Amino acid sequence: MKRLPWWLRDLIYGAIFIAALIGASFGMDAIHIVGIAYYQRIIVLMGINIILAVSLNIINGHAGQFSLGHAGFMAIGAYFAAFLTYFYFAPYVNKFPVGTEQFVLQNALLLVAVLLGGALAALAGYLVGLPSLRLRGDYLAIVTLGFGEIIRVIILNIDKIGAARGFTGIPNWANFFWVYLFCGVTILISWRLVQSSVGRAFLAIREDEIAAEAMGVDATRYKVKAFIIGSFLAGVSGGLFAHFMMYLNPDMFRFLKSFEVVVMVVLGGLGSISGSIVAAIILTYLPEGLRLAKPFLHIEKDPRMVIYSIMLIVLMLTRPQGLLGRRELWQVLSRRKEAPTEEPDATSRS
Amino acid sequence: MPLLEAKNVTIRFGGLTAVSDFNLTIEPHELVGLIGPNGAGKTTIFNILTGVYKPDEGAIFVNGKATRNCKPFDITALGVARTFQNIRLFKELTVLDNVKIGGHLHYKYPSASAVLHTNRFHGAESIAEADAIELLRIFNLEKRAQFYARNLPYGDQRRLEIARAMAVRPKLLLLDEPAAGLNTGETIELMAKIHEIRDRFNLTILLIEHNMELVMGICERIVVLNFGKTIAQGTPEQVRSNPVVIEAYLGEPVEA
Repeated sequence: MKRLPWWLRDLIYGAIFIAALIGASFGMDAIHIVGIAYYQRIIVLMGINIILAVSLNIINGHAGQFSLGHAGFMAIGAYFAAFLTYFYFAPYVNKFPVGTEQFVLQNALLLVAVLLGGALAALAGYLVGLPSLRLRGDYLAIVTLGFGEIIRVIILNIDKIGAARGFTGIPNWANFFWVYLFCGVTILISWRLVQSSVGRAFLAIREDEIAAEAMGVDATRYKVKAFIIGSFLAGVSGGLFAHFMMYLNPDMFRFLKSFEVVVMVVLGGLGSISGSIVAAIILTYLPEGLRLAKPFLHIEKDPRMVIYSIMLIVLMLTRPQGLLGRRELWQVLSRRKEAPTEEPDATSRS
Repeated sequence: MPLLEAKNVTIRFGGLTAVSDFNLTIEPHELVGLIGPNGAGKTTIFNILTGVYKPDEGAIFVNGKATRNCKPFDITALGVARTFQNIRLFKELTVLDNVKIGGHLHYKYPSASAVLHTNRFHGAESIAEADAIELLRIFNLEKRAQFYARNLPYGDQRRLEIARAMAVRPKLLLLDEPAAGLNTGETIELMAKIHEIRDRFNLTILLIEHNMELVMGICERIVVLNFGKTIAQGTPEQVRSNPVVIEAYLGEPVEA
């Protein structure tokens, strides 16, 4: 069987994907039900969280480097992209009359802003990565946690981008289409990397760093690589978040946000891409869905965060390896195919 | 030119001199055994040779190149592969992927071609797959290619470690107790396999082993270590009858 040239094949799939997204966008716009906007918002936020979770999964799940600084990378991307559009791109776009030309320009500049935000986050990932990746486990977690806080405090002190008041007036350019486009790109990058020699090097480092180096894997280089890719995508999600929320505040990027993403990755199953996606969807919807609990239970105080926490605890107790473990969704669904690898352990001696 | 040369290598851990003034020269295609009682410093020497530890004194030369400033993966790139005493497989990965990672240095391509699935990616991956399956076949593991490494029986894990090291395409293979935990039948099989791969891939092998049957059976030259010092060296026959070696293993003879 002759394979199509790689660029043609990907171009066709890409075109189909984009067409589907545009169709879905129009579909969503066409629905006019009271209260639907609320659900549309949740769906877009789900997309942003999927990008975050899948990108952190590259660092935490594949390369096995425990990072707690994802909110920091997201903040860099968010603020830099918002800075570019607010001060440079939006005034320029607004000079044009409303029409096709303005529409195209606006979306092209959004793409530029988001990608540059990602690039700056990637640079930060590189800078954090180089010195701190000699650290392992808990120590690395603490350094990345500190890094995330440093970023937040720096932003808190830059008056031009709003400091503690928050950054207001960011144009509302990001939408369902852009968020899910980058969602697709993130999943594609993550999935194809893990199937390649680069991804195998990540996994080898996660499994056993000494053995990986004995096989010729430059562990530091690949760890930095994982950090660069992960932080780039986190920056992209930040840029989209800024242009969707139209408002940024340093408090949005506290370490709690980093933990939220870590919880998604761990809950989905470290190293499982589809697990991260599923967990991101569930954990984005859950706090919203649980708003129904209060009227349902007829109690005075809102119990949703209590229920949320209890659900997390129960989940981690019953499935400590995460929802999907290290496998992907389709592997879990077709258990039969996996049978030989699921034999009872024969390794008790080792 | 010798393939491997260790000159006056000394390493100390705190007050303990783990290896002192160690010298070793290995010519291409030799099969050398490194033996000694527990704690003699054998594995430490492996770790020095592969760059995991830096020696305090002395120097290592691989193919004439000094490895002073080499990281472990640089030394691997010079053609030195190893196995580990306490098996260090990538447990949560498949047998096939374990071997593919062994070939890491030979199937490189940029991340971008991995993401775009370019022809270069497909080319490199199909070679990686073919090479890995070939190696698994040599070690009778091809039927278990899709198993997770952790689910393999112990003997298979040992063989998989050697297969993974062979994927590096080494000139020099360092085997750290390859027969540890194997039964007699498996050990005999392993001896034959070591001979087979040495001839087939024109390998030079340095092995640590406690199983004297294996060491005496296949090594051409044996180096005996005790308390970090080389106490004897020579052919199996010479070493076997050397009183210093017997003393190191069994203790001093009691005055009658």
